[in-house]
Amino acid sequence: MSPVIDLVLARSFGLSDDEYARVLDILGRTPSLTELGVFSVMWSEHCSYKSSRVWLRQLPTTAPWVIRGPGENAGVVDIGEGLAAVFKMESHNHPSFIEPYQGAATGVGGILRDVFTMGARPIANLNALRFGSPDSKATRRLVDGVVRGIGGYGNCVGVPTVGGEVNFHASYDGNPLVNAMTVGIARADRIFLSAAAGVGNQVVYVGSKTGRDGIHGATMASAEFGADAAEKRPTVQVGDPFTEKLLIEACLELMETDAIIAIQDMGAAGLTSSSVEMAGKGGVGIALDLDAVPQRESGMSAYEMMLSESQERMLMVLRPDRQDAARAIFEKWELDFAVIGRLTDTGRIVVTHQGRVEADIPLAPLAEQAPLYTRPTVETPKQPVLNAARIENRAGLKDALLTLIACPDLCSRAWVWDQYDSTIGGQTVKRPGAADAAVVRIEGSSRALALTTDCTPRYCAADPEMGGMQAVAEAWRNLTAVGAKPLAITDNMNFGNPEKPEIMGQFAAAIRGMAEACRVLDFPVVSGNVSLYNETDGRAILPTPAIGGLGVIENAALARGIALPRWLDLVVIGETRGWLGQSLWLREVAGREEGAPPQVDLAAERRAGDFVRAQSEAGVVRACHDVSDGGLLVAIAEMALAGAMGVRLSAGPREIPSHAFWFGEDQGRYVLAVGEAAPLIRAAEAAGLNAIRLGTSGGRDLTLPDGATISLEALRTAHERFFPALMDGTG
Amino acid sequence: MKAGIVVFPGTNRERDMAIALAAATGSRPRLVWHHETDLAGLDLVVLPGGFSHGDYLRCGAMAARAPVMEAIRGFAAAGGHILGVCNGFQILTEAGLLPGALLRNAGLRFLSMDCHLRVERADTAFTRHYQSGQTFRAPMAHGDGNFYADDATLDLLEGEGRVAFRYASPEGEITQAANRNGSARAIAGIYSANLRILGLMPHPEDLVDPLLGGADGKPLFDGLAAALAA
Repeated sequence: MSPVIDLVLARSFGLSDDEYARVLDILGRTPSLTELGVFSVMWSEHCSYKSSRVWLRQLPTTAPWVIRGPGENAGVVDIGEGLAAVFKMESHNHPSFIEPYQGAATGVGGILRDVFTMGARPIANLNALRFGSPDSKATRRLVDGVVRGIGGYGNCVGVPTVGGEVNFHASYDGNPLVNAMTVGIARADRIFLSAAAGVGNQVVYVGSKTGRDGIHGATMASAEFGADAAEKRPTVQVGDPFTEKLLIEACLELMETDAIIAIQDMGAAGLTSSSVEMAGKGGVGIALDLDAVPQRESGMSAYEMMLSESQERMLMVLRPDRQDAARAIFEKWELDFAVIGRLTDTGRIVVTHQGRVEADIPLAPLAEQAPLYTRPTVETPKQPVLNAARIENRAGLKDALLTLIACPDLCSRAWVWDQYDSTIGGQTVKRPGAADAAVVRIEGSSRALALTTDCTPRYCAADPEMGGMQAVAEAWRNLTAVGAKPLAITDNMNFGNPEKPEIMGQFAAAIRGMAEACRVLDFPVVSGNVSLYNETDGRAILPTPAIGGLGVIENAALARGIALPRWLDLVVIGETRGWLGQSLWLREVAGREEGAPPQVDLAAERRAGDFVRAQSEAGVVRACHDVSDGGLLVAIAEMALAGAMGVRLSAGPREIPSHAFWFGEDQGRYVLAVGEAAPLIRAAEAAGLNAIRLGTSGGRDLTLPDGATISLEALRTAHERFFPALMDGTG
Repeated sequence: MKAGIVVFPGTNRERDMAIALAAATGSRPRLVWHHETDLAGLDLVVLPGGFSHGDYLRCGAMAARAPVMEAIRGFAAAGGHILGVCNGFQILTEAGLLPGALLRNAGLRFLSMDCHLRVERADTAFTRHYQSGQTFRAPMAHGDGNFYADDATLDLLEGEGRVAFRYASPEGEITQAANRNGSARAIAGIYSANLRILGLMPHPEDLVDPLLGGADGKPLFDGLAAALAA
């Protein structure tokens, strides 16, 4: 029985009163249920970016090496040797809260499809995860499910999971973030796009059958959660990585031929958004016959088929004379292959089912009259700059280091990585934890890609503009630290309810900071995703503009890790002032979350990074680690642990309080391990950079400047305790 | 040596294996689709890692019934050399070409990390470039690698010298900590009675290049290439 189509129903589909009025205007009549569904998902925040688009336009998106910027399934950059890297990061936050395993798994599956749709073989996955307080029971369940889901999908499709990040903060209680990134390699002259062409050409559906899962997922992802979150479980999709693996191989095999005119994966809003986007971009009409859609269940309505988010499906327009060859490939891989429609010259999407026209919508107004909001913004109030000398320091260096190295945001992530296959493909040069960025070689080449994800949400909350700038700078820094030339980023903007001016203010400011950093660092945005309404019961997450960075290393053998070798000098490049505002020392040791976050000086950032990279390329640097969360002493402890190598540290400069020098989070710094400090320091100073010798590697202990010692074993025990204790009750 | 790598739907480590074999033999191995039934000309058949048929039903159960398996049985009966790694090992046990079974890891989690393998004998085609008692490092990546067989079978395997590798500490000691997946008697790999079929869970093919962290797995492929040189 068909429900009454009216404003009340439209509201329940997530459309505002104005938006529904616009639907009536475009159609000149009351929509059918299917049409209402199409409008509501296409105009959802998730698909239309209606609150964020005006701001996203500020981001720099071009550079000589950018082949495709935002607007396609993923960004494409030239990496030399006739090859291109195709990459993007995308959120699956809402589904992962409702059903962590499937939510995270299908997040991985979805982003993989965005990449291989463009003709690239996926070579690496990363994921940026944020969970609520470790003290909450729900956190444990979510960590377990999300990690199993990412591993379950990525391990099975055979793409190595090589990096990412995990943070904990109470603001993510009830709203974890699961941001998945995939990187693929394609021939630079063989990139596949989604614009349909050729009136009369047939529209082909391949992959899994369509079921009733994920219906209205995009709408669910465009609203806040209340107490009824669990009732939304049917909107979560169910993934099948085995089918995805077959789909990857079948698509890449077909892409070796000249059969494909256009291709688009069915992601959010499934058949609706893929068909609307393909036809819309190509400036043609499209007629779909739903009777031909491969169906997993009987009795599905047009509405259900158009809105299903069943996974592992693709839509293609093929050259008519290549159709049989294409069908043979999909039959070999035991996947469905069905002609479900054709391109028309009507400029409309016409959907028929069992002899009835279920939808007939003009495509141009569906796209052009999509809502676009310049929502009111309120600036986040600035916080005072803390004076380090006035912050009481009760803990000595040793106790503070042991506290920090064991805290949830700095402890070893091995428990997580150990569940992800990071070596499959046989090209992983730097595995998780071995370097500031993952390094994956390109098969058959000496070249490698460096990959990272970064964001410091507590900085973003205190000052969204500085936080946005810092996230981009840190990604650039991490790529630089391994010796790579940073090329481009993908951004995953996770924020609260955009209808609240203070949230929209965070968003606008973060974009401003990111844009500035992208410009100064020549580090454009080539793809991205926005996830808003990350709120539960009216409480928003910390603003989290997660950045996925990609760089290239021409000689993979020069990739630098953080593991400290014996008998080397440690030198910090970049200026240390002892910035404690919003530092982890302040939060974990002093118990305060306050102050302005560390300031990013982009010119100094660039100078330091270019210097470090040149030193790496010259073979001077034996190990390198950027200084970020936890400051200098934590960076050195991490290098010591990775290399199973002790360090003897000298005293810092007298004019900076010891705890501020060793735990301050001043930006733009790197710790380098080199054979001899003096020439490096001279070269740095000649380049206008601060450089200080910190100590020497050797032995089995970390000897602090105040004379206290910590054995590597004690340090490791503290570092590795948290995850096993939280998750397995051991440790 | 001409090697063939069998590809089932869901196989995903065939590329890694091809790289390792090509480096050892100087020629690209042949990829054998699971519907093929002609293995003529091959000196070595490799069943690589992956999730054949999605690991649905039981790991390796459906692949063990693929058309290519009849040819592999014939190849084995004729004394051919077969290497099964990870899912390939699971398929060999499901096909009855090796005894025992691979159960869920004892901790019920997927395990991806380096492990150390102790070489139990160095006089086979697979281990001739290692020393007996030597340990070498190899990545493992599996959810179902917990080797199980009844005591009589385990005694038989040990009595006949058919244990290929055991999980060990870097120094070669058999410890509980080193046996992360909980395998019976720390067994990581076993041979057929004629020592020409080897199944093991870890992935020596992913450690054949110092740039990627080591070349501990390389002697296995170099040894095979030398043993099976035409």
